[in-house]
Amino acid sequence: MIRLEGVHKAFGSNRVLRGVDLEIAKGTSMVIIGGSGTGKSVLLKSVLGLVRHDSGTITLDGQDVTTAERDAFLARFGMLFQGGALFDSLPVWQNVAFRLLRGSLKRPKAEAREIAIEKLRRVGLKPDVADLYPAELSGGMQKRVGLARAIAAEPEIIFFDEPTTGLDPIMSGVINALIREIVTEMGATAMTITHDMTSVRAIADNVAMLHGGVIQWAGPVAQMDASGDPHLDQFIHGRAEGPIEAVR
Amino acid sequence: MNPVLAPLAAIGRSTLALLAAIGSVAIYAAQTLSHLFRPPYYPREFLTALMTIGYFSLPVVGLTALFTGGALALQIYSGGARFNAEAVVPQIVAIGMVRELGPVLVGLMIAARVTSSVAAEIATMKVTEQIDALVTLSTHPMKYLTLPRVMAGLLVVPVLVGVGDVIGIMGGYLVGTERLGFNAATYLTNTVDFLEARDVASSLAKGAAFGFIATLMGCYYGMRSDRGAQGVGAATKSSVVAAAVMILAANYLLTELFF
Repeated sequence: MIRLEGVHKAFGSNRVLRGVDLEIAKGTSMVIIGGSGTGKSVLLKSVLGLVRHDSGTITLDGQDVTTAERDAFLARFGMLFQGGALFDSLPVWQNVAFRLLRGSLKRPKAEAREIAIEKLRRVGLKPDVADLYPAELSGGMQKRVGLARAIAAEPEIIFFDEPTTGLDPIMSGVINALIREIVTEMGATAMTITHDMTSVRAIADNVAMLHGGVIQWAGPVAQMDASGDPHLDQFIHGRAEGPIEAVR
Repeated sequence: MNPVLAPLAAIGRSTLALLAAIGSVAIYAAQTLSHLFRPPYYPREFLTALMTIGYFSLPVVGLTALFTGGALALQIYSGGARFNAEAVVPQIVAIGMVRELGPVLVGLMIAARVTSSVAAEIATMKVTEQIDALVTLSTHPMKYLTLPRVMAGLLVVPVLVGVGDVIGIMGGYLVGTERLGFNAATYLTNTVDFLEARDVASSLAKGAAFGFIATLMGCYYGMRSDRGAQGVGAATKSSVVAAAVMILAANYLLTELFF
């Protein structure tokens, strides 16, 4: 279980997180929604230790993430970045098998390549993509390669940062279905950040809305439409009028 | 603020900023070197950096040294003629290239070619979240990106300086024998006899120092890059300026040390 208690983070005078409390149960899919610049990515990166929070505690299975042994801690995670974050200098298969080619999870090169091709197939890409470089792929293919990399080492916890941003509706649907399928199949705990309400309904078991630096609402996705929270209602219906100011 | 004190305050602020920057670079250098003693290591990244910094810099180093050696021979000949000292061309070309021009020009060429590309590459990796991705894949960016490049710079730039020294002397030799009428055998004998082991050692030591500085600055500014294309551009520019200034300052200090 991932638990955040009273997490604060500021960048200079900009107080992004102002006391976030959130729990993500093991094996569930939590989607964090909220407007642009509300600190969703900061929240996700704080859990991973990519951003150091100023105060509060973040624990994974009861252990504080700031004191955990880094390699063992990170080995439990996979992450799909918003832009894919594929390494330009490496061919696709080496991107996917990055973890399997070095460090504690190192495998023989041929085996790592085989696993990479299998993971590429898993996300709907043909084996001949393996030897291409990221710059030769479309945005949707890069996203799928990023997804293949995130699941290559079969992590217990997977983070998805805006998995469908910049994709057409059909490709978004493909990615959403893949995420749901992979999370269910692997039994992984998932935490996703998105603005896309179609993704929320496709991926989430639970939803949390981040607004004003705190969790404005959290609950099962099935209760989202009947929450009665004006902030959440405005967000999910995309209304310009409401408690959330359009100009922030 | 009192207008009389304002310039002093500005000088104070600049001095503090400079000292903070020097401290920050020193800490970064110490952190980088500390990874030398802590595995894992990435030999493939190191070999790639050796090729990129060393082998692919050979053409620009060779051309720079060749033309500089030739021009130096012409200048010494013409300057020496003012007091009937034209005959010292081989000795002065040799000492000028090996002690000063070889290492400094190679260092500045490496700053232009390597520092800029390292800074731009790492800064782009930072703005596209590739550095964050490395961390999530249990790979320390300093071990994977900085250490291999800095070690490659430290080891391969002295070799480039050695090559530059030889090509620069050959440039002087070609101009001396083909244009200024020196006897080929005498030119070479004078060159070899005049150079001391200390001259060569100082040249190579400067090469190692300049290689370290050039690659370290590229990595340092790349890692500290701000978001966006402007951040990448600023990191690249700052890295080259800082590397060039530090190379020239280190050149003076090393010259004091050796001679």
